[in-house]
Amino acid sequence: MNQIRIEDKLAVNKYDIDRDVHIKFDESICRNCDRHPCLYICPAVCFKLGEGHIIFSYEGCLECGSCRIVCTKKAIDWRTPRPSFGICYEFG
Amino acid sequence: MIQKFDAIIVGAGPAGCACAFKLAQGGLSVLVIERGKFPGAKNMWGGAFFGPGLGELLPNFWSEAPVERYIARRKISLLSREDCLTVDFSSHKYSQSPYEGFILLRSKFDRWFANKVQEVGAIVASGLQADDVIRQDGKIVGIKAGSDQILADVVIACDGVNSILAQKAGLRGEIKPTEVKQGVKEVLRFSRKELEQRFNLTGDGGLSWEFVGACTGGLPGGGFIYTNKDSLSVGLVVQLNALAEKQVRATDLLEGFKQHPAIAGLLEGGKLIEYSGHLIPVSGIGMMPGLYANGFLVAGDAAALVIGTGLILEGANFAIASGIAAAETVMKAKEKNDFSAGSLAYYQKLLEKSFVLKDLKTFKKAPHFLENQRIYTIYPEFACNLAEKLFASDGKPRKRAWHILTESMKGRVSLSQVAQDIIKAKEAI
Repeated sequence: MNQIRIEDKLAVNKYDIDRDVHIKFDESICRNCDRHPCLYICPAVCFKLGEGHIIFSYEGCLECGSCRIVCTKKAIDWRTPRPSFGICYEFG
Repeated sequence: MIQKFDAIIVGAGPAGCACAFKLAQGGLSVLVIERGKFPGAKNMWGGAFFGPGLGELLPNFWSEAPVERYIARRKISLLSREDCLTVDFSSHKYSQSPYEGFILLRSKFDRWFANKVQEVGAIVASGLQADDVIRQDGKIVGIKAGSDQILADVVIACDGVNSILAQKAGLRGEIKPTEVKQGVKEVLRFSRKELEQRFNLTGDGGLSWEFVGACTGGLPGGGFIYTNKDSLSVGLVVQLNALAEKQVRATDLLEGFKQHPAIAGLLEGGKLIEYSGHLIPVSGIGMMPGLYANGFLVAGDAAALVIGTGLILEGANFAIASGIAAAETVMKAKEKNDFSAGSLAYYQKLLEKSFVLKDLKTFKKAPHFLENQRIYTIYPEFACNLAEKLFASDGKPRKRAWHILTESMKGRVSLSQVAQDIIKAKEAI
């Protein structure tokens, strides 16, 4: 079967997207990070590299907690979306 | 008015529901809070479930639970980049009550289980999240949820692998990337008939199929396919630190896995209906937090009660067993009206007596053993290579199996290295 792009994978999921960004990160720490593990460990690829800085889009977040664990520089203030918001699995 | 319950359970997954069911059955007042819109909304798993623990609470649960299929066949495949060597096992016992295992989807299963919990008298409040515990005189006496404060004699954290509550209660620190695996999964829809034809399924029987080797790009972990009723789940489980170190994404590995010649044809034409991701605590006893404090217990994934031996990766059955043990502890504490840590320490004793901590202790060396990259690279390649050469009929003089094996090992791994790995395997798994 054809490869499916991450955007198309996330597009079939059901989300109730909150108006607030639930995961915050300290850009000054990210700027001095040479590895950026967040780019690879997010199953929804919410972290992307812009021009010299990290771009984070929270809408597709699967709330797995990988970014919180892998960011050993502690740049990420990990929270889940407000109750009822965020990913809403229909199959799971 | 401030409400007070005998017990507050945080998280309506298998651990929380099992605990609540048992407590409510025992006549205690129980509140289950769940941050999702409904129980199961935040949860995923591969799909295979082994249910003796649940059968203890709900005998013959399969006759009414939203079971996709019972497991009629189990396959394990070793994958090299293009080849595949498979063990295919079916037992007459698999297709008879009490079934060995089931294929279930969490969003449906958790909702069903939470309904059963409500039927025996517990309150299940969805869309409510515990932000912190409330302490009084060194004891945990309730939870803060948004602007609400809810009190109870005991709080049981069943809030999953990321357990914020166990952290707030001071029972555990940060999780390390080496201690968890990341699971990613796609659910692909087929017509029921198409699915049954492709996988040779009859009636409500299903297939549980696990993979080791090239599916994870040689990283510690594995792949899986489970046949649901009219869809299948295909996914990977990969060590989190390995993804970061090798700078690869699980979603990209999954795309590669789906292209493997051994499965690509079987997945052809399936319509993607969900993509999910989750963490699994896999370091066993080495990462287990404190299990109890004054007025507080931890169960399920929150307590890292998951066993992985390479051949099995099982958490839900452990979650249910720990939920039941937590409930028994609370009922005993209630009789004495003593919810101190000393009284709740009974929980650990119960788990030590049950398969939960016995299994975790038996396999305490497994997590370290399973970090050995050869399991996911060289050995599956050997196995496929050996099969290919053994079956070959190419007009050339044949060689004995041992000769083929040692020849393919040359320059890659020594016999003594293999012997060492076998000895370690013997001790670990």
